[in-house]
Amino acid sequence: MAAPANAPIPFPHRLRDAGIAGLVAMALAVPFLGLRTVNLDQGLVVQTNLAYVPLAGVLVFLGRLILGLLAGPLAKATAPLANWRPPASTQRLRPWGGPLLVLAAAALPFLPFANRYIIDLGTTALIYILLATGLNITVGLAGLLDLGFAAFYAIGAYTCALTTTQLHWGFWPALAAGGLASSLFAVLLSLPILRLRGDYLAIVTLGFGEITRIVILNWQSLTGGPNGVSGIARPTLFGLTFDRRAPEGGHTFSEITGIAYAPEHRLIFLYLLILALTALAAYTVARLRRLPIGRAWEALREDEIACRSLGINPTMVKVSAYATGALMGGLAGCFFAARQGFVSPESFGFMESATILAIVVLGGMGSQAGVIIAALFIVVLPELARGFADYRMLAFGLAMILIMIWKPGGLLAGRLPTIRLSTAKPKPVAEAAL
Amino acid sequence: MAGPLLQLSDVHASYGPVHALRGVNVTVNEGEIVTLIGANGAGKSTLLMTLCGNPRPSQGQILFQDKSLVGLPPHLIAAQGIAQVPEGRRIFPRMTVLENLRLGATLADPAHFAEDLATCYGLFPILEKRQAQRAGTLSGGEQQMLAISRALMSRPRVLLLDEPSLGLAPLIIRQIFQVIEQLNRERGMTILLVEQNAYHALKLAHRAYVLASGEVVLTGSGRELLANEQVRAAYLEGGAH
Repeated sequence: MAAPANAPIPFPHRLRDAGIAGLVAMALAVPFLGLRTVNLDQGLVVQTNLAYVPLAGVLVFLGRLILGLLAGPLAKATAPLANWRPPASTQRLRPWGGPLLVLAAAALPFLPFANRYIIDLGTTALIYILLATGLNITVGLAGLLDLGFAAFYAIGAYTCALTTTQLHWGFWPALAAGGLASSLFAVLLSLPILRLRGDYLAIVTLGFGEITRIVILNWQSLTGGPNGVSGIARPTLFGLTFDRRAPEGGHTFSEITGIAYAPEHRLIFLYLLILALTALAAYTVARLRRLPIGRAWEALREDEIACRSLGINPTMVKVSAYATGALMGGLAGCFFAARQGFVSPESFGFMESATILAIVVLGGMGSQAGVIIAALFIVVLPELARGFADYRMLAFGLAMILIMIWKPGGLLAGRLPTIRLSTAKPKPVAEAAL
Repeated sequence: MAGPLLQLSDVHASYGPVHALRGVNVTVNEGEIVTLIGANGAGKSTLLMTLCGNPRPSQGQILFQDKSLVGLPPHLIAAQGIAQVPEGRRIFPRMTVLENLRLGATLADPAHFAEDLATCYGLFPILEKRQAQRAGTLSGGEQQMLAISRALMSRPRVLLLDEPSLGLAPLIIRQIFQVIEQLNRERGMTILLVEQNAYHALKLAHRAYVLASGEVVLTGSGRELLANEQVRAAYLEGGAH
């Protein structure tokens, strides 16, 4: 269980523990706080300020001591929170949860308090939900750690950007091309890494993510390098654009529908579009889980040797997991490109991969609902904390640590079974957070 | 059919520099229970693993229904009708009992699923009670029952069992061996059984092989080997439980 219910640790132990923490803090404080480089006229100069060192030691000592003393009561106070499971009566509502959520999300832009900022934030959150839904297939279901998922995001975005600007494709064919291109690269990547697992797999995927970004950055003639690509085609609704003036031979949305032109329309349209696509992706994943291929993904995560002994071809299972995950990453990339109208390599760094992975892990590996909650948390929380300016990443990190302490398996760690015979009494297969 | 169901001739296999099988000859006829016994490291499990294509034999021939299995990847060997219950059971712990069985039926015609499921629940009624439970929460004996049932779901021609009694209570071991015998007697299932628990395994075997250092050192009917002085001294003394 999350809350350790061990015997209380004696006070001298706590003192010693806090003392060690304080000493470590002092050792670390020497380079971090005690030495400081200052740019003076004669060049870079090191200033020593060792007064901070004992201060850091004392602060960490006290903090560790207080945390140690409070841990017991705190764990006890939050135990109901950590052990909370939805009551059994809500099980009946489960099939309605998805459609209701989509309806509520679709209503968002039409609510009175909705403005550009909120719709834009919603679009960002949905892009991350789509990305994490894709990564959830590779990491959560098939158990293949991927630290370079932003590569597929980037490939989707750049395919969309280049096909619309160089080949003058519309948004829709570019969207399909982006998804397919990402999938294709995933297949190529998966071939050399089929035999790898664990740490080695993580390193190779990390490398792939970086290689993709660096290639985009340096292939000036094609991608424009650090300058990026601009002028990416905006999505159209059956050929109608959302511009103020119609392009040659075309019509605008406001002309045909008679609704007065407003710049927000394009934002709302994009938002609804990505909402529909994300809902479709989530539904597809839910269906796939119930098909033999989805079960094979999960079986592969559990035990590869057992899979082979049952006649499951691990190569096909891995390649399909990477390809399906990357397809969703590529689609999300296209939306990102179409929304910004501009892409550059900066948007696809390692931080992006880490953020998407954090969403999957925080949400509880393999859980679609968990992905949605965690994506909202990760996108919306830093926005709410904007007032704290410099400290918001600190608050964000703290919140992530707290979640991992209380919910080590992720927010929704339970796993829904994929088949149930009509004779079987449905029992929730809640997994105890270990 | 002309030859035996399964025939290994002069099979050699290695794990890197370790030469684990040194020219093994084993045959399994249709409808037989064949037991392999031997000390730790004698090559019993390696033999089963080699049969399943991992590691691949470095020399020799493996024929199943007169077709060579040498060089096939494990999932295609399984598709020939060879089901393995691996050592340590290797069930899918986070998935339910029913899902484990469904995965066992990967190679089978989906139309057989309900029938085969009923057969497994008939052999091990406890699994039906546990079908919606996570397999990882089952007891060791129940997990072994699940592993055997999962292998049966593919309707194999031959069932390979690797140490099914490992780590189980004597009462459960007896139940597992009863089911193995029942499968053979009532359904004509061909079984190749690898066991440390030599007494039980020899008692129900039609024929048996004794492996030592990667070679077959003794072969005969189960009864003969049970009575054999060498076998008694090496594998049965103080072990008749």
